[in-house]
Amino acid sequence: MKSKKSYAIFLAGLALLVCINSCKPKNVGSAVSGDAAAKTYVAPGKYDEYYNFVSGGFSGQMSVYGLPSGRLLKVVPIFSVNPENGWGYSEETKAMLNTSHGFIPWDDQHHLDLSQTNGEIDGRWIFANANNTPRVARVDLTTFHTSEILELPNSAGNHSSPFITENTEYVVAGTRFSVPPDDSNGDVPINTYKQNFKGTISFISVDKTSGNMDIAFQLQCPAVNFDLSHAGKGVSSGWFFFSCYNTEQANTLLEVNASKRDKDFIMAVNWKKAAELIAAGKGRKQAVKYASNRYNEKTHTATSTIKTEVTVMDVKDFPGLVYFIPCPKSPHGCDVNPTGEYIVGSGKLAALIPVFSFDKITKAIADKAFAGEYEGIPVIKYEAALYGEVKKPGLGPLHTEFDDKGNAYTTMFVSSEVVKWNVKDLKVLDRVPTYYSPGHLMIPGGDSRKPTGKYLVAYNKITKDRFLPTGPELAQSAQLFDISGDKMQLVLDYPTIGEPHYAQAVAASVIRDKSVKFFKIEDNNNAYSSKGEGTAKVVREGNKVHVYMTAIRSHLTPDNIEGIRVGDEVYFHLTNIEQDWDVPHGFAVKGAANAELLIMPGETSTLKWIPDRVGMFPFYCTDFCSALHQEMSGYARVSPAGSNVALSFSTGTNQPKSDSIPAGQPVAAAK
Amino acid sequence: MKKLIAFSMVLAILASCSDNKSSDYNTDGNANKAVSTDSPDVKKEDKTAETNPAYDPHRGEGKFTKVELGATLDAAKAEGGKKVYDVKCGACHKLTEEKLVGPGWSGVTSRHSPEWIMNFITNTDEMINKDPKAQAQLEICLVRMPNQNLSDDDARNLLEFMRKNDGVK
Repeated sequence: MKSKKSYAIFLAGLALLVCINSCKPKNVGSAVSGDAAAKTYVAPGKYDEYYNFVSGGFSGQMSVYGLPSGRLLKVVPIFSVNPENGWGYSEETKAMLNTSHGFIPWDDQHHLDLSQTNGEIDGRWIFANANNTPRVARVDLTTFHTSEILELPNSAGNHSSPFITENTEYVVAGTRFSVPPDDSNGDVPINTYKQNFKGTISFISVDKTSGNMDIAFQLQCPAVNFDLSHAGKGVSSGWFFFSCYNTEQANTLLEVNASKRDKDFIMAVNWKKAAELIAAGKGRKQAVKYASNRYNEKTHTATSTIKTEVTVMDVKDFPGLVYFIPCPKSPHGCDVNPTGEYIVGSGKLAALIPVFSFDKITKAIADKAFAGEYEGIPVIKYEAALYGEVKKPGLGPLHTEFDDKGNAYTTMFVSSEVVKWNVKDLKVLDRVPTYYSPGHLMIPGGDSRKPTGKYLVAYNKITKDRFLPTGPELAQSAQLFDISGDKMQLVLDYPTIGEPHYAQAVAASVIRDKSVKFFKIEDNNNAYSSKGEGTAKVVREGNKVHVYMTAIRSHLTPDNIEGIRVGDEVYFHLTNIEQDWDVPHGFAVKGAANAELLIMPGETSTLKWIPDRVGMFPFYCTDFCSALHQEMSGYARVSPAGSNVALSFSTGTNQPKSDSIPAGQPVAAAK
Repeated sequence: MKKLIAFSMVLAILASCSDNKSSDYNTDGNANKAVSTDSPDVKKEDKTAETNPAYDPHRGEGKFTKVELGATLDAAKAEGGKKVYDVKCGACHKLTEEKLVGPGWSGVTSRHSPEWIMNFITNTDEMINKDPKAQAQLEICLVRMPNQNLSDDDARNLLEFMRKNDGVK
């Protein structure tokens, strides 16, 4: 009896085990083969093959990894303040985060696009979008420093951004949330979406030399949700393609109400024509308010300018500018193959992937093969634009990138896999599981005219059991695949910063040798710089006290400051007068209600400090700079309001009275 | 015997891999070159003996092999040198004999040859790694002199300023 019972338990256990195994996609043992470690090993002191720029999602920043090692090289602060180096806290950088709403310390950074020349990555800049308070940033890849942030009027939820044209003529920004235009009354019932809301696409011009961005024009489109976009290239040069969902125009419970129609749209925009119309004086000048923030590398200072006008064209007034192409079930990714012939829409609720042909789209427009109109815009017949469909690719297709052999790779969110298929015959060639639920994927150059064919990284939304648990909140993960063979091979897992969405990568050689090592002190035009210790000083202007301070291994000048009073605003203007690579100095003062400064060689940076009480306040270098780093410090004496302690400052001369010097102590002579 | 052959092959491979190149980082993706750090590197002397048997402690190591000095001071050069000193040197070097972060400059032109001084100014890291006098100084100061990235002209002007400071008229 007893043995029968235990046999039954054993059987049940066995059944359970089998079930567990079959429920898991594949275990790690079978997914990773023996040479994976060798494929990602980069020996100590050796460099990675690729720079990989990864969006930070809700961290608001951009992280930079090396591939294939997956080593984190740097986090570049863009839309969120970064106390670690004073971004958004120093007086010089506060203006970068200014908007028409005032200073904003955070945003949600989704997509990145590297600048291109002739459809190839040129390594000059990388553009980043802010999703929440609509903005686009430009990061300079000689300094890895955010050079510019431009706010977008008439927008809300800048998701369909910052995708570029193939010579970086424009960066686009399509609004995710349609809203009433900024110059109209926004105080309307929400359920008047259809009457009062509009979807705006911004075309931002990029100066070829300086990179400076300006809003060239905006296209006012029907109220839908713009999701993602990519520029045409090669044969489709001059066009831009945007995926749209919520063509139902729902304003509540979108989960259900924006998923009703069998097909939404890819919107095709003839941007060359739009640029011609603008040059010919078309469009309406609209009064708006938006911030244009630029960082000057010579003054090491940002300036924020509020601009008040933008030129808007209502697309229904300009026939031939915009067409809708039906695309199954709430398309998300909108990706164009390297030759520009094919546009892939990934209907996230569809069980197939439609591939549109640019030739057929052009022909359909010429033949007026329209199924009708949507809000005054011609809708091309689905079959007239369709090249073909990838059948049964998987569940929940989201994003597609391309390799150099004519293949496409699409992430499947619901079925947790990457699917490789051939762009010409639309046949599925391979599929590989990811852990778990990939969003974007990235192949170096995978959205350019010159993709590579060695690595693919999937950015997964769910991490679960992939790493040691760290409580309820887990890092998200990236997975590196070797795609050089017929079969994709998983070779590396690594955790990421924030929530990665889109990413970019380029051969290290394109960027490496242009990297700035330090700023020339001779070129420093900051109004408060101290070029040499002899120019360090403390100046009182009313209740403002300006401390012009130098930092060099390993002392601060001045390091004794007296005569500051409660009620003063103290500005520490730190100039790092080192002229060598990798010698930053930090600066912190007790009680400062903001952050530290991290000052690069040759740079000037300012920390504002409002002492709230009488006493002695040490300040010191926070970045271990030399064997005498712990000595790199000083004192600020704070006296009561109205005190008559004279303002004084010095380094090395403020010695004890001679009778109190212990014998044998060296005394630094007066300078 | 077989073992011995295998062992010597391994040795040969090791030797060929540790070939000590002094080329710049970045050129071949190899970051092994000694980059300025402030940790005093005690192994540097051995390396000097291996890789640089012909090191000339009088001239130092760098691009300057012969520096012509005038019999009298070149006042314009000295003035240019003073400007460089104010921005890039004065934070650590006094013009007297007194040591601040680095040694005082009084008498520096009699302690070192003009070539040594100019090489040290422009090729600081390598000199600190190789030169016995520079290493002795590092033991006293404990701070590696930063390379302040002076141009050749800056360095020559600075030398003239040092001469002026040492009384050349």
